[in-house]
Amino acid sequence: MKRVAAAVVAALLCASGAFAVPGAAPNQAAIDGDAMPRKLSEFGVFRAGTSEPVDALLGYTLHTPLFSDYAQKQRLIWVPPGKQATLAADGHIDFPVGSMIVKSFGWPEQNGGRPVETRLLLHRAEGWTALPYIWDADGKDATLAIAGRRVPVTFRAPGGAMHSIQYAVPNKNQCKECHSKAGTIVPIGPKAANIDFGNALERADFARFFVRPPTASDPMPRWDDPASGSLEQRARAYLDVNCGHCHNPQGSASNSGLFLRWTDPRGVNLGIGKRPTAAGRGSGGMDFAIKPGDPDHSFLIYRLESLEAGIAMPELGRSTVHKEGAALLREWIAQMPKDGH
Amino acid sequence: MRVHRFAASLAACLACAAPAAAKTLHVGAEGADANEKLQEALILAEPGDVVELGAGVWTLTDGLSLDVDNVTVRGAGTKDGEGSILDFAGQQGAGEGLLVTSDDVLLTNFAVLNTRGDGIKSKDANRIVYHELRVEWTAGPKETNGAYGIYPVESSDVLIDSVYVRGASDAGIYVGQSKNIVVRDSIAKENVAGIEIENCYDADVYDNIATRNTGGILVFDLPSLPQQGGHNVRVFDNIVQDNSTPNFAPKGNIVASVPTGTGVLVMANRHVEIFDNVLENNGTANVMIVGYRYPYDDAKYQPLPQDIAVWDNAHGKAGFAPAFPGGADMAAAMGGAIPPVLWDGAGNAIVNDDVGVLSLNLPDVSTPQSDAQPSPADLKGDAPTPLPGVTLPESMEVKVL
Repeated sequence: MKRVAAAVVAALLCASGAFAVPGAAPNQAAIDGDAMPRKLSEFGVFRAGTSEPVDALLGYTLHTPLFSDYAQKQRLIWVPPGKQATLAADGHIDFPVGSMIVKSFGWPEQNGGRPVETRLLLHRAEGWTALPYIWDADGKDATLAIAGRRVPVTFRAPGGAMHSIQYAVPNKNQCKECHSKAGTIVPIGPKAANIDFGNALERADFARFFVRPPTASDPMPRWDDPASGSLEQRARAYLDVNCGHCHNPQGSASNSGLFLRWTDPRGVNLGIGKRPTAAGRGSGGMDFAIKPGDPDHSFLIYRLESLEAGIAMPELGRSTVHKEGAALLREWIAQMPKDGH
Repeated sequence: MRVHRFAASLAACLACAAPAAAKTLHVGAEGADANEKLQEALILAEPGDVVELGAGVWTLTDGLSLDVDNVTVRGAGTKDGEGSILDFAGQQGAGEGLLVTSDDVLLTNFAVLNTRGDGIKSKDANRIVYHELRVEWTAGPKETNGAYGIYPVESSDVLIDSVYVRGASDAGIYVGQSKNIVVRDSIAKENVAGIEIENCYDADVYDNIATRNTGGILVFDLPSLPQQGGHNVRVFDNIVQDNSTPNFAPKGNIVASVPTGTGVLVMANRHVEIFDNVLENNGTANVMIVGYRYPYDDAKYQPLPQDIAVWDNAHGKAGFAPAFPGGADMAAAMGGAIPPVLWDGAGNAIVNDDVGVLSLNLPDVSTPQSDAQPSPADLKGDAPTPLPGVTLPESMEVKVL
């Protein structure tokens, strides 16, 4: 009933010519409402019975993405017709109420390449809400998994090795653990310094989404592309994207005093010469998070290379070691002068 | 004390009407999906609700979390065979067994066992009450045990009442970077640190038993953290005895430096009162007062203990096995034991207990401990104006009647 109403409203808007949206649009009523629909199809993000997104959403990628067990990710933005997102002074993107960010996770070797899960971030009147959906076996729809779940996944890592893991779909609270800023949910990925719209910039309706294109004059590099930035810059980009959402003064790891954002100053609070605070056995018997010139005695590396609960960092979203990412940070620490702080 | 608390709580009860629509969500321990069902209840609970944990052993594979204000999580008890036993031995992910990030939460009457990381953590969770809980690593002291048993951090108004914690490889009860704290009527046994108050403002620690830990009760302040300058901590009416477990903390952590046989240890901090405790059989010292003696790069940090006051404690045997470098020689030179109170000579303290005090005479914290010039010290004097003590909101006290 609500969907019908929304469709009628959308039709009227189209008829007026004011906010034309190409083809089928997401179900704005589902985004705006306060329900947690059991099926993902309620949102009209994907063509009926498929995992193909409708054209109305805007795709994007990131220069440096979060590592999630080598999953391939599809990212989409929706901004309601008649509204636009703006670029804040600090480089994050302010999305209006009614916006939605969609992220799907999959592997070529799993489910025939179809997504395993899709996460929605909905900007409702009372704030952002995160909802995780796991795709059904037939790939036609996905079902809400509000309490998360472990899903067996098999995939091939870049080096060629096959991995079989218990992939962790996060629960609603875990979504917030990473997406938390001073206790409320916020988007993490879409920020001017890291967002890449690629071909979507050419879309006729691109301007509908943003007051002006959210690009940065000094973008973050691609962590794995030496042409895009120095070793230090790429290591800092990797830390920002993989750690900085919790490791900042308003994030879930604020109490650690370890702050790893792109903009955080280089010093003790970046981990250099920093003793463990509440690391427990995550210290691995080492004295410092980062010991300049000595990655083997830097427990930041130890925690990145561990898979054990209680040691492994990030705490959520990783059941595989990101060898290439750890190698980058090893290289960065190794070239730091040993006596330098 | 008890009568006063009861009266205050009764008044609070009469003053507030019960929420109209509060409901109880019961979840059973049985079934392969118990983990998911319980997590679902913790997400779907609404303010005022009770999430009731069925009796039995819960086999949990992932950390649990609660982010709804004013929820009670209540089990059937903490004892094996009859209580609600949350067993995390097979935990695959998350940094703790249960994480609370909402305000006005009561956790009561269940046990959390063998988590891979911390036991129960609460962060930015104001007015949280931990009551009648057991957090335990059942194989006893092991370096591979999780760090903290009960771990509130960055919160205002924290009550820990009648809990039992054993086996933590850092601190059994650890309160960090918080304000207005009460830890009472609890037992901390066979942890590295029994009870630790770190970088906190205004804490009362009383009526607890800290035994067979490496160190019984620790009051610390550390550099390079968002909240530092710890002050106003009272440690009183506790029994701190036989803290003799060899230190099993992973190296690098600050508690790995705590000598085996430490009773009450104050490091840095300002205005700490230690009185009316029973302190005995602590082989290094019943009371130790020291500065932070590591390099640090933090202009705002204050490494000295200041205005520490010690009085009216009952001292048993102490100092017979001082487990710090040079300690054994000092004990031998002093007839087999060093005095029950040990001060490194940094900062200032008043000790009015009728026992000896040994100073290492190292007022400058950058001097290595190997330069110690131990000698008896007389620290008797007039204590600073007593602290008023901590009062918690009545909405918290009423929950533990």
